[in-house]
Amino acid sequence: MIGRWLDSVGRDFVRNPILMLALTLVLLQVLVSVFANVIAPHDPVAQAVEARMAPPSSEFLLGTDKLGRDVLSRIIHGYRSSLGIAFSAVSVALLLGGSLGIWAGYKGGWIDRVVMRFADVLFAFPIILLAIGVIAILGTNTASTVVAIAVVYSPIFARLMRAPTLVLRNTDYVVAARSFGAGDLRIIVQHIMPNLMSVILVQASLSLSTAILLEASLSFLGIGAQPPAPSLGRMLSEGRDYMFMAPWASLFSGLAILLASLGFNLLGDGLRDRLDPRLRGID
Amino acid sequence: MRGLIFKRLLDLAGVLLGVSILVFLMIRLIPGDAAQVMLGASGDASEAQVQQLREKLGLNDPLPVQYLRWVGNMAQGDFGVSIWTGKPVMDDIAQRIGVTAELTFLSLLLAVVFSIPAGALMAYFRGSVSDVVMRVITITGVTMPAFWLGALLIFGWAIWFPNWQTLGSIPPFSEDPWSHLQRMFLPTLTCALPVIASLARIMRSAMIDALGQDYIRTARSKGLDEWTVTFKHALRNSLIPFVTALGIMAGYLFSGAIVVEQVYAIPGLGRLMLGAIADRNYPLIQTSILVVTCAFVVINAVIDLLYRVIDKRAGASA
Repeated sequence: MIGRWLDSVGRDFVRNPILMLALTLVLLQVLVSVFANVIAPHDPVAQAVEARMAPPSSEFLLGTDKLGRDVLSRIIHGYRSSLGIAFSAVSVALLLGGSLGIWAGYKGGWIDRVVMRFADVLFAFPIILLAIGVIAILGTNTASTVVAIAVVYSPIFARLMRAPTLVLRNTDYVVAARSFGAGDLRIIVQHIMPNLMSVILVQASLSLSTAILLEASLSFLGIGAQPPAPSLGRMLSEGRDYMFMAPWASLFSGLAILLASLGFNLLGDGLRDRLDPRLRGID
Repeated sequence: MRGLIFKRLLDLAGVLLGVSILVFLMIRLIPGDAAQVMLGASGDASEAQVQQLREKLGLNDPLPVQYLRWVGNMAQGDFGVSIWTGKPVMDDIAQRIGVTAELTFLSLLLAVVFSIPAGALMAYFRGSVSDVVMRVITITGVTMPAFWLGALLIFGWAIWFPNWQTLGSIPPFSEDPWSHLQRMFLPTLTCALPVIASLARIMRSAMIDALGQDYIRTARSKGLDEWTVTFKHALRNSLIPFVTALGIMAGYLFSGAIVVEQVYAIPGLGRLMLGAIADRNYPLIQTSILVVTCAFVVINAVIDLLYRVIDKRAGASA
């Protein structure tokens, strides 16, 4: 079944240019971050003192920053850090929020009420304040950035998984499975989860897009990953200090954030159209 | 109707209670000893000082007692004092929150003014080629990092309008309205642009939904031209999902404002809170989060209620 599904998605990519563009962007960026060590032409922290704020050249393709570090290499390593944080955070949110949502929808009753009220409360906070709160508690480092972003996205996945589960638990095949004596876990894994795959795929992709922006905002504000960990948001922030002497540092790191976020957003948008036309327009 | 209002108020109270409990737990969730952490991890605070702060923050009492005392104090207008200056944190917040709130409000205004016609036009000119192009443009707008856009605008303005000051604190409206608005312009634009793209997309899908309804077919069969049908009949009915999205966007804009303030070096709430994180001034962070979140919850609830009272159809389906 999954093979056939993949096959039809595969055919669609060829027909759909936006999805094609999105997939290329995303794959390229994932490859860049996985092989950052191999691809980066220079050491991202090595300082070429004689070439501070050097404009783009054949040696430094995107120029160097205030300390003479290669901007391209720093962006490549920044990708790894940004995508890594976004992936980890969205996975945690999906596992935690998603399971709670499915559980709430499946069980109903007071469990549903408690889980959903808790999601409502988390939803009430403006995103940045929730993230700032978590970071204030855990301190400014990479791990707390992951936790902060995961906390922001968990209620989204909880809500998103709950609604279809509520409908699915009363479908004939679930009732039939239960009458054959299937346990809750078996029903959820075998009969409910496969029906949620398209929603999960779309939302995970869209969430990655905004999680990348949130991570960049936090490191721009100086409360994300701390030096020496490379970070696109902090590069942009530092580059502003000498924007008029060497605009390339800020310019290209911002462009990198935009492209990373754009790739996942286009992918989610295209998948949404492809997998469930009824979901269109829900942002 | 009265039942609905009562139910909404109950929901509102529940969310406010939940928000206050979470914010209350903040200090208690700090790994290790909160008093020790606040006085600096370096360990140069004496045991007596730590003990004193713990006493002052009431950290030695049982949690429910602490919570009730905290809420009780706030009810009497006491929101806690800065652990460094001893000044009431509310004084600092009140002084800084104005510009952030204004930035949020102006961006929301700008976003509404631009996204409604943009979304409607996108629906009017829907079609395969223009749709693909508009989609890529609006999604690029949505994913545009506000701080990058801000940095680019500052850079561009310095070249095109060398006399237009872009950075630093903004003179109050009452003293110099013109230069106040001029200074607010770029931050507002920076904050609003991603939201304009987002809202325009929502407006476009709402319009396309509305254009598929029966009353539109009736209007068309009466011989009305497509322009009138789109901008008079469909537009009005598309505003319902649009208004629902506005509440979410307001919170989003506030988050954006905190970041944009940093870009333009505006001393607003964002700068205050970032300073408080660095200083470990938890009472200040706690109160800022609580006040702003509660304000959003209450405003959203009031708008939701008003909207249901006005729109009978939405009220009936609730």
